[in-house]
Amino acid sequence: MPLRAKVATSVSRTAAALSRAAGRGDGAVIGGWLGLKIDPDLLRNLSAGRAIALVSGTNGKTTTTRLAAAALSARGPVASNSFGANMPSGHTSALAGAGVTPFAVLEVDEHYLARVIEETHPHVVSLLNLSRDQLDRTEEVAMMAQMWRTVFAAHPEIHVVANADDPMVVWAAMHTTHLTWFSPGQRWLDDSWVCPGCGSGIERDGAQWWCTGCALRRPPAQWTVEDDGVTDPRGDWHLIRLQLPGQVNLGNAAAALATAAEFGVRPLEAVPRLATVASVAGRYAKVERDGRTIRLLLAKNPASWLEAFDMAEPAPTLLSINARIADGFDTSWLYDVDFSPLRDRMVLITGDRAYDLAVRLDVNDVPFRYVGTFSEAIQATPPGRLEVIANYTAFQDIRTELDRVN
Amino acid sequence: MSESALGIVWIYPDLLSTYGDRGNMLVLAHRAERRGIAVEPMLVRSDEPLPATADIYLVGGGEDGPQALAAQRLTADGNLLRAVNQGAAVLAVCAGYQLLGTSFHAKGAQCPGLDLLDVTSDRTGTRVVGELSGDVDPRLGLPPLTGFENHGGRTRLGPGVAPLALVTAGFGNDGHTEGAWRGKILGSYAHGPVLARNPAIADLLLRWATGADSLAPLDDTWSDKLRAERLAAAGAA
Ligand SMILES: [Zn+2]
Repeated sequence: MPLRAKVATSVSRTAAALSRAAGRGDGAVIGGWLGLKIDPDLLRNLSAGRAIALVSGTNGKTTTTRLAAAALSARGPVASNSFGANMPSGHTSALAGAGVTPFAVLEVDEHYLARVIEETHPHVVSLLNLSRDQLDRTEEVAMMAQMWRTVFAAHPEIHVVANADDPMVVWAAMHTTHLTWFSPGQRWLDDSWVCPGCGSGIERDGAQWWCTGCALRRPPAQWTVEDDGVTDPRGDWHLIRLQLPGQVNLGNAAAALATAAEFGVRPLEAVPRLATVASVAGRYAKVERDGRTIRLLLAKNPASWLEAFDMAEPAPTLLSINARIADGFDTSWLYDVDFSPLRDRMVLITGDRAYDLAVRLDVNDVPFRYVGTFSEAIQATPPGRLEVIANYTAFQDIRTELDRVN
Repeated sequence: MSESALGIVWIYPDLLSTYGDRGNMLVLAHRAERRGIAVEPMLVRSDEPLPATADIYLVGGGEDGPQALAAQRLTADGNLLRAVNQGAAVLAVCAGYQLLGTSFHAKGAQCPGLDLLDVTSDRTGTRVVGELSGDVDPRLGLPPLTGFENHGGRTRLGPGVAPLALVTAGFGNDGHTEGAWRGKILGSYAHGPVLARNPAIADLLLRWATGADSLAPLDDTWSDKLRAERLAAAGAA
């Protein structure tokens, strides 16, 4: 490693440790940011000599990255940005902090995928899904698919693991040379009714879908979620026991198995390792507080709210909504979520934008109670389970109140 | 369509649906039903014919390609124009607002609109994103408009329409006026669930559709709090 990179790596590690010690966060960004200031090529230098997988998409990146890293650890030590710091400063922190490892699995913000591919030369890129997310600041879905398609056209050497159930992902990935499809099942369909290639309508019949105007259609998948397990390319079915709830995490497990397989990890080795993942950067973690068992679920866009309702136990549920920079300033997406699954339980609401949520729930005929703070919510619920579903910064606020639970 | 229920059509949700556009339909249906007015919501896809006899039509936002396609199909279909001529009410936002005009800009070209509003839209260099508020045309008798805008359009109003509001915060059509209206047609850059933030506009559409001079009041505690908070945040209160 060049001297400049060595110095930058050392500064990066020290800053991360200081940030953690000062209680300012996971230290997942600041160290990498400082390191990149000293050596702009630091991410490139730290990537050299490692076999790397990148995981990108709108939803499930952090969890899939954690599951894939667990699976790949069957082969040797794996560096990973497991706190969801998914931009180049986060990748740099993760690689600097891990020291020398033969492997890395990195979650990548979908907007940064092209740049991170250029700098890390990944062996595999796994593409999970594309749906509406923070539309006031991000590219629209079709534009993102086009950006991805352009990157992969320029990098035919990369192995791509992609979601066969998402027309946007299929269109972005379909012309790459080394391609593996996985099928997680898709619940959210509202962003893929129009073909990104030709603009015609997309028809669906069960799991199948096809464009009515061109050749784009669902490819046959090599890895498929079936019942509570995953079928591999040989046709063998593996029961998947996860500590993480919900159908969506079975899909993430399928993506993780397919990704690890590109490094030669067999499903039989990988499956038991998936079961060791108990929580992901605070998500799904259960915390005891004042006689309540509190569980945190992150939901940041319509597709992930659907998944959160599928995961949440039928217990008192606190919803918290902010609209800060990291969340996007626009709360319109609340109307793309159907909150009616919450009608038969006690619902509390809080957060910077609780009034937006209040009006939404009113229109949705979901009774609720407004609380000013998280502690008030705890006092307002009976001892027992308390499910918390929050969007990004609201989730981080509550996680901080619970002492940065991991 | 049943004779007694209020027909509300969401035009082409497969093409024009972003930013919680569904919210406008949900709020209209909710406010009607709370007053005992039966509602028949209809989601009409772009490969289906539009009903010509519904009471309220909603047109949402969308990306360039779908916007141009929706304008072509609506023109070919012809039933929105027939419905308007028979007195139906229309609420169109964002890309939907633009395509009701004489022409709009999409995919690098100027496209013909439906000519239901005397407005012309083109592109600004930059997107405007943020809180939008304005004082509504006093002839409509409504409290201030509050919404969220996210668009790269600039819209010029012709003599055949009046601005929906005069901008107090945000950009709207051009930094001075926001939206347009004529008869029972409303267009606005306040995207997505503009009716959630402005229940008085929802009630205006319901009054137009039912012919009622007034409607029973509803408990708007939470909308009132939301409106006050958003108007203050926009610096317009
Ligand atoms: Zn097509």
